[in-house]
Formats: sequence, C-alpha cells, structure tokens
Amino acid sequence: MMSGVGQFGYLVASALFIFALHWMNAPRTARRGVYAGAAGTTLAVLVTWADPSVIHHLWIIGALIVGFIVGVPLSRVPLTAVPQRTALSHAFGGAAAGLVGTAEYYLRLVEQPSFLTPFRMVALVAEIILGYLTLTGSLMAAGKLQEVKWVPQRPVIYPFQNVINFFLFGIAIVLAGAIAWNPTTPWAPVVFAVIIVLALLFGVLLIIPIGGADMPTVIAILNSYAGLSAVAMGFVLDNKLLITAGALDGSSGLILAIIMCKAMNRSFTNVLFGAFGQVQQAKGPTEERVYKSETPEGAAQVLEQANSVVIIPGYGMAVAQAQHKVRELYDQLKKRGISVKFAIHPVAGRMPGHMNVLLAEADIPYTDLVEMDEINPDMPQVDVALVVGANDVVNPAARTDKTSPIYGMPIIDADKARSVFAIKRSKNPGFAGIDNALYFSDRTWMLFGDAKNVIGELVKQLAGPGMH
Amino acid sequence: MDYWTTLYVFMLATFIGLGVIRRVSRLLHTPLMSLTNAISAIAVVGAILIAGGDGPLRFRILGAIAVFASMTNIVSGFLITDRMLRMFKTDKSGPGTGA
Repeated sequence: MMSGVGQFGYLVASALFIFALHWMNAPRTARRGVYAGAAGTTLAVLVTWADPSVIHHLWIIGALIVGFIVGVPLSRVPLTAVPQRTALSHAFGGAAAGLVGTAEYYLRLVEQPSFLTPFRMVALVAEIILGYLTLTGSLMAAGKLQEVKWVPQRPVIYPFQNVINFFLFGIAIVLAGAIAWNPTTPWAPVVFAVIIVLALLFGVLLIIPIGGADMPTVIAILNSYAGLSAVAMGFVLDNKLLITAGALDGSSGLILAIIMCKAMNRSFTNVLFGAFGQVQQAKGPTEERVYKSETPEGAAQVLEQANSVVIIPGYGMAVAQAQHKVRELYDQLKKRGISVKFAIHPVAGRMPGHMNVLLAEADIPYTDLVEMDEINPDMPQVDVALVVGANDVVNPAARTDKTSPIYGMPIIDADKARSVFAIKRSKNPGFAGIDNALYFSDRTWMLFGDAKNVIGELVKQLAGPGMH
Repeated sequence: MDYWTTLYVFMLATFIGLGVIRRVSRLLHTPLMSLTNAISAIAVVGAILIAGGDGPLRFRILGAIAVFASMTNIVSGFLITDRMLRMFKTDKSGPGTGA
C-alpha cells in the first residue's frame, strides 16, 4: 500500500489533470492546461518511483530515457501527419495497458493468487482486451492514415464480416468469464493467452472495414478505449489516480466520437459496422451532367470583386500541404478589404479539429475559423465560397438525395453562396466515392489541379501587376 | 470489499470528464486529443511498479517496455500539444498569448 505522502501526491495529480482539461476550454488558457498535465504526470511518476516496493531502478531509468528519445521526434512531426501520430500514440497507450495487465496476471498467479479476486480478474481481462485491441486497431488506423503499402486503404469487406467479429468477441467474453472465477486452475494461463491473441486479432478486424472519411470517429473511439484500459488497470491496482485520468481520457474520446457521429448523421454502430466507403452504386444520369471549369486568372478576377469570401478546407488541403498558400491568399484578399472566413466542418480532415490546427499553423487567426453551424446562416450573403479539397462536407445531396449514403449529414451550405469555386485534384469522386452535385451547379466553377498549385496561381494573379 | 470506492471514483470522474470536455473549444479538438492521450499515459505508474518490483526478470522487462511506451506518449503528447497550442493566435497578438 502506498504511503500517505504518495496518496496525497496522487490526489494532487488528479486535481491537476482536471484543471488541465478545464483550461482547454479556450485557446487563451489552453497552454496552462499542458503545464498542469505535465506537472501532474511528473508528480505521479516521482511518488510512484519513491514507493518502497520499487527496488530495481535500472530498467525504469533505461525505459524512461528511450521513451524520451523516441517521444521528442514524435512531437515534431509535420501537422499534416498529426492524425497518424495520434493513432500511433493510442497504440502505445494500449500496449502499455496490455503489457502491464499481462505481467500483473502471470506474476500474481505465482506469487499471490489470493490477489486475483473475481472483481480484479474482470478488470484485468477488460484491461488486456481493451489494451491489445487498441494496440493493433490503432496500428492499423495509423497505417491507413500514413498510407503504408501493406495496409489496405479502401475498406476491406468480406461475407459475414460482422458475424465473424461478434463471434470472436463472444468467444473472448466467454473465456474471460471462465477464468474470472477460476484464475488459478491449470488451464487458466493458457486461456488468458488465448484472450490476448483474440484481442489482438479483433483490433485488426475492427479497423479493416473502415474508410478514410470515418477516421475522425474511429480515432476518437480508440482514444476512449485507451483511456478505459487505464481505468481497468486502476481497478486492478486499486489506484484512484489511474481511474480518474483514464476516465477523463475515456469520456473525452466518447464526447469527440459523439460529435463526429452527429456531424455525419450516423450512429456509433453504423460507423463501426457499416463499412461506409464501400456502398457506392453508380446511379442516376451522371453522364448527362457537365461542370464548368475556370482558369486561375478568371477566378482571381471574381475573387477580387467580392466583398466576402468563405474558404471551406477539407482533407485535400492537408494532402497538398496547401495551408501556407491559403494563408497568402487570405492576406491578398484581406489587403483589399475583403472579409475572409474559414468554414470548418467537424469531420473535415482525418481527425477532430484537424483543419483548425493546420490553419493555425499557417498563422491564420483562430477568430476567423468559424464552425459550420455559425456560418451556415450567412452563406446566402457570401459572394464567393472557395472549396479547397473538401468534398462530402459540401455535398448538397446530404440535404436532398434520400438515396445518398450521406443523406442527413449536416453540411456547409457552399451551394447557397452567390458563386462557388471548387479546387479539386482530379475528376474522380471523393473519398466516400459519392458524386457531388455541388460541382454541377450553375453557380459553380471547377479549378482542377493540386490545391497548393492552384492557390499559388490565384495568389500570383492577385499579387501580380495589372490586377490593381 | 473496497472496490465500491473505486467504482464511485470512476463514476464521478466520468461525470467530471464529460462536463469539462463538453466545454472544450471546438478549435482545440486535435490538441485535446493529444493532451488526454498524454494524461492517460499515467499508466506509467502501473508500469513502474512492475518494472521496479521484485518479480522475475521477464516480468520486469514487460514492465519496462510499458514504461517506455507510456513515457513516449507523455513526452510526445505534452510537447506536441504545446506546439499546436502555440500556433493558435488572434490577429495582433504574439505567439501563444491569445486574445
């Protein structure tokens, strides 16, 4: 049992964690939150290390140093790679919980079987299932986001997929129940190992049917699992700090996942078991429709005449690394006294808040980043909506076409602006594989090309002589 | 059994979490995720107890790997959160000072 000083340290650390999240409610105080969190973690590590039961120090020191060496470069990744870094860190979190749970079980089995009460065993099994599932699931997600060669990008679907998944999960639960009340029978260690394998497998199977557009939700759910595995570890060790910190992380992931689901008008189960990206049928008279394309020169002239411009960024902006060029365009337009706002859809990009971070990196004041619900009422008064690599989040089919897979999803009303320019890399449909009616509207002009090049051209036109 | 206390702590912490997170600015959802990730790396506590305990070496190695994984999350999580938050600024102010 921990000393009083140790327990007091944990109590203070718990309070610091709550303050850390509280200060995240505004950009002005948010950095204070980081310091509070770091202070809480440092305090907790120190009082744990000072515990008399910790007698070997070399491995700890070595692991902390290696962790530090690996952690620093991971914090310096380009911001476009933040989704995969986040997925990777969920994998690390899951691995830590899984490994501690594994060691805890096999260690106590030999040294202190009385420790393994049914309550602790249920918590232990929950810890390792959540931990290992998060490990492989997050690695798969990171692989998809990083577009690693051997990880399939498109959703992988096979017959009876959900049946197989539920069956495997069911087996894991039954096995868990069996050893929770018989943790020391001769076959229990084997069963424990089987559960680990099932959890690892389940993590992979859970992620392979998921497409890129659903990544924000999936990352949020994995975030929640990583937190819950820490909670389970807290139950095993009777450690209230772990429970508190894990519950904060778990509820954060849950809320983010709910926000993402609402922003797509879909349910949890639909995201996890729906295999979204695959359900695209060629339908309707698509070959009849034509779009108008425009040159950067023409678009620059229209932009120059506008009073208000709304830029709608999407994942395409991240892929093209176009945020700095967007900033130059923003400057050019601002210089002319044109009002420029950014319309941010909650699921634009590959993780919650992805667009905000990219635009903040490009020094765009966050006061000009406007949420979907706030900007939509103003869209009919907007002169030019400029869509930069966004697709599904501006697709009017979500409002009108009941047969569309994205029907009912709230969108940014780009189509209501007086004119629309849409920058698109190619003429193919977007990640969800759905045709976008916005592109065929009589108010829309397409600017085909890499977002960075197209915006660069626009900036050149606006900055060049003869445009003043 | 004392596990009722831990279940109470879990319930109350979840309600606090839901209440606090709900008010987090939507601008900051990406840094929020990296921050909560760093915070939940508090699993390092359990890992230290295993790695530094008196168990057989193979378990201490498992613990040390877990310490490594958690430490990576702690360091990269807090650093990248701070790096992202420094970028959020209003029109006139300098880095990080905000509105």
